[in-house]
Amino acid sequence: MIDVDLSLVNWSRAQFALTAMYHWIFVPLTLGLSVLCAMFESIYVRTGEEKWKVLTRFWMTLFGINFAIGVATGIILEFEFGTNWSNYSWMVGDIFGAPLAVEGIFAFFLEATFFAVMFFGWERVSKKFHLFSTWMVAFGSNLSALWILVANAWMQYPTGMAFNPETARFEMENFWAVLFSPVAMSKFTHATSSGFVLASLFVVAISSWYLLKNRHIELAKKSIMVASVFGLLASAYVGFTGDEAAFEDAQKQPMKLAAFEGLYKGQQSADLVVLGMINTEKEPDDDQSPFHYAIKIPGLLSLLANRDPDSFVPGIDDLVYGNSTQKVMGVAEKMKLGQQAVANLASFKQARQEKDDAAASAALTQFSTNKEFLGYGYLSKPEEAVPSVSIAFYSFHIMVILGTFFPALFLAFLYFTIKGTIAKQRWLLPFGLLSFFLGHVAQQTGWILAEVGRQPWAIQGLLPVKMATTNLGAGNVQATFFMFLAVFTLLLLAEIKIMVKQIAIGPEGLQNDLKS
Amino acid sequence: MISNLDYGTLQHIWWILCSVVGSLFLFLTFVQGGNTLLWQMAKNDAENALIINSLGRKWELTFTTLVLFGGALFAAFPKFYATSFGGAYWVWMLILFTFILQAVSFEFRKKPGNLLGAKTYEFFLLINGTVGVLLIGAAVGTFFTGSNFSLNAYNQVTWTHPLRGLEAAFSLFNLSMGLFLVFNARVLGAMYLLNNIDFTAMNGFEARLRKAVWINFLCALPFLLYLLVSLLMMQGFSVDATGVVSMVANKYLQNLLAMPMVLCLLLVGLILVVLAVFGTVFKAGTKGIWLAGLGTVFVGLALFFTAGFNHTPFYPSKADLQSSLTIINASSSRYTLMAMTYVALGIPFVLAYVAYVWSQMDSRKLTAHEIATEEGY
Repeated sequence: MIDVDLSLVNWSRAQFALTAMYHWIFVPLTLGLSVLCAMFESIYVRTGEEKWKVLTRFWMTLFGINFAIGVATGIILEFEFGTNWSNYSWMVGDIFGAPLAVEGIFAFFLEATFFAVMFFGWERVSKKFHLFSTWMVAFGSNLSALWILVANAWMQYPTGMAFNPETARFEMENFWAVLFSPVAMSKFTHATSSGFVLASLFVVAISSWYLLKNRHIELAKKSIMVASVFGLLASAYVGFTGDEAAFEDAQKQPMKLAAFEGLYKGQQSADLVVLGMINTEKEPDDDQSPFHYAIKIPGLLSLLANRDPDSFVPGIDDLVYGNSTQKVMGVAEKMKLGQQAVANLASFKQARQEKDDAAASAALTQFSTNKEFLGYGYLSKPEEAVPSVSIAFYSFHIMVILGTFFPALFLAFLYFTIKGTIAKQRWLLPFGLLSFFLGHVAQQTGWILAEVGRQPWAIQGLLPVKMATTNLGAGNVQATFFMFLAVFTLLLLAEIKIMVKQIAIGPEGLQNDLKS
Repeated sequence: MISNLDYGTLQHIWWILCSVVGSLFLFLTFVQGGNTLLWQMAKNDAENALIINSLGRKWELTFTTLVLFGGALFAAFPKFYATSFGGAYWVWMLILFTFILQAVSFEFRKKPGNLLGAKTYEFFLLINGTVGVLLIGAAVGTFFTGSNFSLNAYNQVTWTHPLRGLEAAFSLFNLSMGLFLVFNARVLGAMYLLNNIDFTAMNGFEARLRKAVWINFLCALPFLLYLLVSLLMMQGFSVDATGVVSMVANKYLQNLLAMPMVLCLLLVGLILVVLAVFGTVFKAGTKGIWLAGLGTVFVGLALFFTAGFNHTPFYPSKADLQSSLTIINASSSRYTLMAMTYVALGIPFVLAYVAYVWSQMDSRKLTAHEIATEEGY
């Protein structure tokens, strides 16, 4: 195998994180705003009231600006699997590539084809076909999320495949197991519904600004009414799917759960940390407390993790060093078996090269015994299997706290809108304005948790990130990292400036522009 | 039925499907060609707006086809995806970079407060149409001229040239491929605009576009002729029944003679492009884009088939012949190819609704009045 250059690995990580985080600024808004635009247009088609058309076209304009930069930042992600993670691409392309191809065939073409009708077809196609096209863009956007999240979920919980020692790669055995993996379903529903929440916050935020400025009052009220109902329903669903996602983490990625809860010593009837400050000096298996302070709810973590308040939840120490009482195999033990598997695989390849069938068969038999631990054979020390506890902990808790705040906000906006006094609630409207930025914080922390919590694995338990990179000089990746940083930052600034300008112009301004 | 197909057949089917997507992408580069025509063809704001808005309604199809091409190669030929994208790092990064710039340019160009000004976004479009297409051509050229890589026992790639893929652009054959594609895209772009725009009261605009078709065709011709002669004369990479790769004289000529259908595709494709050009330039036709588009698809298919079929490594290595990739050694497992073939049954449905929506949206030509009064870029 090629020697690992950790500087290269970290720059490759940084580049992927940079491009993914930029992309995720725009995508959740696209997922939700496309549905909201379709809802607004449905009301227009149903009522025939011109003001709903004006409203629809206003939000559609903002959607279009966001969509373009989302597309721009997205293309690089697909190809980065090849450019920066070529070992990964070869080892799992058999499985991982399929959802990406399906996404391209079915989802991207829906978006690309009907996007043109949605924006330029108002006078070229019938009213109903236009509405159909808008719904198709919304459907296509969310369908694309399904496939990419199926691919991501497979990295978190590899299923439906087997390792082929002949080709030294993982190969798909069951497409349906990959598609309908419980992790894939919870990821898809959680990510898309959180996108609906973010888009609802976007509509509430801009509408709040209009109300604070006493502009476009009617548009703002109508928009808030639809967005707060949609946002409230989506928030409830986010909570439900979030619980499901945490349950799946507990079952499939217990190290991630232990990290985001700061749980070092496993517990029966484990407590859930509601708030806390992590002790960053804490190392696995030392005597320090994990927290400087923490507010906990007794037994709740066991209930959430195993649906049983009395159950045992393994901590980081149990998972790293093992816990024979609870039958938890530690990373240390898995590493020994993994190292044997790596050696057996090398012997097998050597025997194949030398055309020594007997030796190859013997090596293969030995390899088969330990093959499920192959990935652990590449770890340097057991503690390497622990992700950053502080990043995972704070990401998770910020996300959950914000996720709890949003439904309360939607409820307040809905209540005052129904009451007809929303424009007078000068104390509430700034919260509405601020909420969009908080929504982005929740989105980003959610993905940081998902990806940092999976470290050091590219594919959970099978392939460490450090073995997945392309054999490039780190200088090449540094150059492209800064290239993307500069371009994406520039485009983001341009996008924000255009958005702010469009919002300042407002719906009537847009209409005047169109008629002039 | 699909489940009964043998592994080799599935590998061939997937090379055909990837070739179809790649060839459709070459046709859809009329958007990129149109991008490069903007600064030469538009003599005033109205003409400028017509070109941008006409192309702007199609750019996403080209973009999506490129993404699908990548996705299909990833799923069907992951060793190619890993070797080429990971190895020829810079050529692919620069291609992607030009497409990133393009993706925002249509939307941002005329929006108030766009930070960089309309001219900058138009320059981004020009970069995409020239550098982007040129490098794609250079990358396709390496299917015949080979690349600088070797693979170890675990199929991990080592690139042996410090330019990491950019060196492809310094080969005369690859460069000619790139320049041919640039000029061909410009021919297609001009034909598409002639088909899509209402030139009423647009003094001289239509004539300029017809002239552009002719001039760019003449510019493409020497590169095309050089490519064809080189292709027929050059040594090519060949793989025998045991998987050993060697150099064979006139390999690609042999491929064309061994596969008459591919030779027909190449000839018919070239004839269609020439007919489309003559029809557009000398008979004032407006439907040349369809003929030339079909011709481009045929030529693209012929190139991909010549590169990949008849015991030919489609991604050969100059540095280590035995590391060369064939559709046999680079493909996914039989199960994945079979599952993906079921998925591919949906492609005709996708093509059908794309064609339907295209016909609905282009049922009447784009006018300056529509852009001024309706939503536009």
